[in-house]
Amino acid sequence: MDFFIQQLTNGLTVGGIYALIALGYTMVYGVMKLINFAHGELFTLGAYIGFTLLVTFNFTGLFGTVIGLGFSVILVSCLVAVAGHLLERVAYRPLRHSDRLAAVVSALGASIFLQNAIMLKWGAQRLAYKPNILPNVSVNIFGQPMPFIRILVFLVAVFVMFGLYIFINRTRTGMAIRAAAIDQGAAKLMGIDVSRVIALVFIIGPALGGLAGLMAGLLYGPINFNMGQIYGLKAFTAAIIGGIGNIQGAMVGGLLLGLLESMGAAYISVAWKDGITFMVLIVILVFRPTGLLPERVAEKL
Amino acid sequence: MLELKDLKVAYGGVEALHGITLSVKEGEIVTILGANGAGKSTTLMAVSGLVPVKSGEICFQGERLDRLKSHAVVEKGITQVPEGRRLFGSMTVMENLKLGAFTRKGAIGPQYLDRVFSLFPRLEERGHQMAGTLSGGEQQMLAIGRALMSDPKLLLLDEPSLGLAPLLVKSIFETIKSINESGVTIVLVEQNARAALKLADRGYVLDVGYLVLEDSAKNLLNNPQVKDAYLGA
Ligand SMILES: Nc1ncnc2c1ncn2[C@@H]1O[C@H](COP(=O)(O)OP(=O)(O)OP(=O)(O)O)[C@@H](O)[C@H]1O
Ligand SMILES: [Mg+2]
Repeated sequence: MDFFIQQLTNGLTVGGIYALIALGYTMVYGVMKLINFAHGELFTLGAYIGFTLLVTFNFTGLFGTVIGLGFSVILVSCLVAVAGHLLERVAYRPLRHSDRLAAVVSALGASIFLQNAIMLKWGAQRLAYKPNILPNVSVNIFGQPMPFIRILVFLVAVFVMFGLYIFINRTRTGMAIRAAAIDQGAAKLMGIDVSRVIALVFIIGPALGGLAGLMAGLLYGPINFNMGQIYGLKAFTAAIIGGIGNIQGAMVGGLLLGLLESMGAAYISVAWKDGITFMVLIVILVFRPTGLLPERVAEKL
Repeated sequence: MLELKDLKVAYGGVEALHGITLSVKEGEIVTILGANGAGKSTTLMAVSGLVPVKSGEICFQGERLDRLKSHAVVEKGITQVPEGRRLFGSMTVMENLKLGAFTRKGAIGPQYLDRVFSLFPRLEERGHQMAGTLSGGEQQMLAIGRALMSDPKLLLLDEPSLGLAPLLVKSIFETIKSINESGVTIVLVEQNARAALKLADRGYVLDVGYLVLEDSAKNLLNNPQVKDAYLGA
């Protein structure tokens, strides 16, 4: 039972990280019908910028834990958002009216470019977030000692997802994003500036992905320049589970995949952890490519 | 109010409009007729800024429109009800109406909603229903209602009678008339030529990208060429 609860919370926390990354894939796909293959690298960038702020500059030491961490979260999100915006400008916007394939190739190119840029800037060897960035305390949940960082990461993920949900479903701008995802032409006829919607999606998605990178660093410690590949693929799987283009779906898919993975690692074999993800991806693509959520919700962004 | 001068539009390398000149005066109902593929929808899409203009001019109230982005055209006061309605099917009736008022920056005066609901009381009852689950007639009402939410000066209607039963067509045309009487200028693209000409002040006839006829609606109704080709009598 104790072991089960540990795996459960572990799964939900990793799942929260997957969900945050998956949101970037799904929002961009929703509006542009394009998989942003460079999204995993934006996640990596977030992890590295976080490393610079929290380890190199020692933000939590300078400003105290709460302010230092808060600062880092905001800075990482903003800087990765800027990177995402530039990516859209340089790699995707000039190709908006060209072939779909051209955009895909451009996305792959951007991914390789970013990965190499990160390697050149921070080096090819792995770095590690220091374990003493946050106070090493545990909280008791169901009588189980739980590392504070695990709970924090999960809560931040849930909080951010809740905020995004409200933004998408309750605000005028959120409505414009949903409309552009359903029918770009019709959205234009409503007077929506679809270019701005696309730009916005390329700001929100990367901000969330960057934040996820920072949290993955805090949670696990070691980071390396190609970590975005595996995380990206997993988050992409999460987006597919929820039905690509579907925001709620990405949230559910991320959490589900995190749980599946940690339970699989615990009760089947750790060696199968990644294998399970890709089995899920293949099974879903073959049997239910629109995702696990019901059809009608799936077309809703 | 609206003037097209020698308008040419091409899709890729293929020219779809070979130089259209037409004008719409304030307060009029002008209809554009033509067979399938004549270029009627293309003309409206060019005005709305959704297809790029190859050459020629589009002027609205003395201002050039042909280099504006589509959202700026809506802000100038031109709203289109596109062919096939293009509703946001997985959003509610209310959300569709709110999107229609998008250019009003969230300041949706209750008068706009009231106007739509008094034209189409059915929509008020169905405010929370998904637009995609409405009947065809209701969808057309919503498409027109959504366009009115932007409080347009000029309303472009692309085949509003498409797929509707005759009785409904009649009521939609009456609604168009009353919208016009409330001060909205209207361009009406129709396959249903007889009904359109009865409603309109003037008409233009397009044929494979060329403008072939223009006259008052009354004259067009009696024009033997038009009778042969479009009135089926
Ligand atoms: N997106 C597009 N890409 C390429 N060609 C197009 C496109 N849209 C329209 N065309 C072509 O332009 C021409 C005019 O089409 P348009 O839709 O304007 O005709 P229409 O008069 O509205 O016909 P209908 O009565 O069938 O709606 C047609 O030959 C059509 O094939
Ligand atoms: Mg047409």
